[in-house]
Amino acid sequence: MSVTSQQVRHIAKLARIGMDDAQIEALVPELNNILGWVEQLGEVNTDGVEPLTAVIDQKLRLRDDVVNDGDIRDKVFANAPDAQHGFFAVPKVIE
Amino acid sequence: MSELTTKTIAELRDGFRSGEFSAREIADSFNAAVAGAKALNAYTIETPEDALAAADAADRARSSGELGSLAGIPLGIKDLFATQGIDTTAGSKILRGFRPPYESTVSDNLRKAGAGMLGKLNMDEFAMGSSNETSAYGPVMSPWRRQGSNVGLTPGGSSGGSAAAVAAGIAPGVTGTDTGGSIRQPAAFVGISGIKPTYGRCSRWGIVSFASSLDQAGPMARTVRDCAILLEAMAGFDPKDSTSLDQPVPRWEAGLSSNLKGKRVGIPKEYRIDGVPAEINALWDQGIEWLKDAGATPVEISLPHTKYALPTYYIIAPAEASSNLARYDGVRYGLREEGVKTLDDMYAATRAAGFGAEVKRRIMIGTYVLSAGFYDAYFTKAQRVRALIKQDFRKAFEQCDVILTPTAPSAAFGIGETTDPLAMYLNDVFAVPASLAGLPAMSVPGGLDGQGLPLGLHLIGNELDEQMVLNAGLAIEERAGFTARPEKWW
Repeated sequence: MSVTSQQVRHIAKLARIGMDDAQIEALVPELNNILGWVEQLGEVNTDGVEPLTAVIDQKLRLRDDVVNDGDIRDKVFANAPDAQHGFFAVPKVIE
Repeated sequence: MSELTTKTIAELRDGFRSGEFSAREIADSFNAAVAGAKALNAYTIETPEDALAAADAADRARSSGELGSLAGIPLGIKDLFATQGIDTTAGSKILRGFRPPYESTVSDNLRKAGAGMLGKLNMDEFAMGSSNETSAYGPVMSPWRRQGSNVGLTPGGSSGGSAAAVAAGIAPGVTGTDTGGSIRQPAAFVGISGIKPTYGRCSRWGIVSFASSLDQAGPMARTVRDCAILLEAMAGFDPKDSTSLDQPVPRWEAGLSSNLKGKRVGIPKEYRIDGVPAEINALWDQGIEWLKDAGATPVEISLPHTKYALPTYYIIAPAEASSNLARYDGVRYGLREEGVKTLDDMYAATRAAGFGAEVKRRIMIGTYVLSAGFYDAYFTKAQRVRALIKQDFRKAFEQCDVILTPTAPSAAFGIGETTDPLAMYLNDVFAVPASLAGLPAMSVPGGLDGQGLPLGLHLIGNELDEQMVLNAGLAIEERAGFTARPEKWW
């Protein structure tokens, strides 16, 4: 499988990274090089092999469903580029 | 007191406790060394007052007799660890100016043990790189140079600032993180020791995420003993990290022993690969002899899926990264690009301006392998191969107690010398399999190559058996007698 510039443009859109045509064109061979290389995994017989989900076997812990922190609104906003009236502000979404 | 900067953490600790010198003197010496080493570009931010405050607290506590294990020891902290009120940027423009209102568990553990902080250490952007060249702050210069050459060398990466700081004597010990070799390869490049513990030993809470199923913190220092001291303070169960191991922290320093009688050292035949310099294979053979001398028996083992580890890693790590880095959207923290009309345009412009080329490349690969229609062919396939790699190690540890390999396929290279992304990825060919299997692994200095540059030996242990890794590392350290230091040019 190899990617076309149209696919790379689509991936950039999914990844929310702005790119101009020159950047897209430069990425096409780079990504194809890397994808061509990882495709050697196709040689490995993985029939009946379960995908690994936990690298060290352990059960995910449960905790009581209770609020155990909070009241840190100002801390949450401390690094926001634009916080107004206790909200994160963003460019207008709905006209 | 400049000679204090040549001491190990164990020597500093013992000298401070016996009253030979004060914690203040230690902090002053290292603060001065840091201030005088700007040419290395190892620190992104210096915090001398933090080191002094911890030192003064240690000096006061010394008379009361209640000292933490790292009282009086100032450390460098990789810029991937959130440090309360102090810039934490992961080497990225997108986090420039970010000051966390919280402290990472690992750095908090170090503070509770009495350590102070000299500053934050430069690194590849979001820990994606093997040369520290992807940092938004520019590359770190290795303190090492080839004999008779002025060419600037990389300290490796991604913990490049960490490695350079210890090698240059501008920190007695540091934190690093290792996703696919980022502690071990730079440790090897600059002639120091570094250990990545079992996945889950050190809490990931407050460490900027790269690939969460692989990310693991660990120490880097001059000696194996120093690594044991630091790791003991860093590790421990943390309910705030869902994959933190609920296991007691062994007393690794007290357990150190270089007597390997009755231990079997696995030598994986698949690690003899083409294109590796003869000097590196010769050092590997020398390492086998050293471990035999320590009482161990070498056994040939097979890790049949070794050659698939790197391509597996370069599917899984970018996939997890593309998901983790989705949070940098210009809304809650970090950079925001202004002057665009819509929210979608703001996301795209912010991420275009904030991420460097390598980070974008990996987000793109990750997004692709997780996208509809390709998920099974790439991501699920890679997770199946990862299971086979894990199984290889499980079988190998039925035959041996520890595995010995070279750390990296070359000595340090020059800044700007490796421009092809794939060639850069190959740096971690020996380091990545242990990462995929979540196993403890360590690099210790073995010797110098023909150009006078350090080479490392790599030890991989079974799950939770950091002690075996440290002990084998100690056996090599005692026999290698590696005392070479870079000549000061900075």
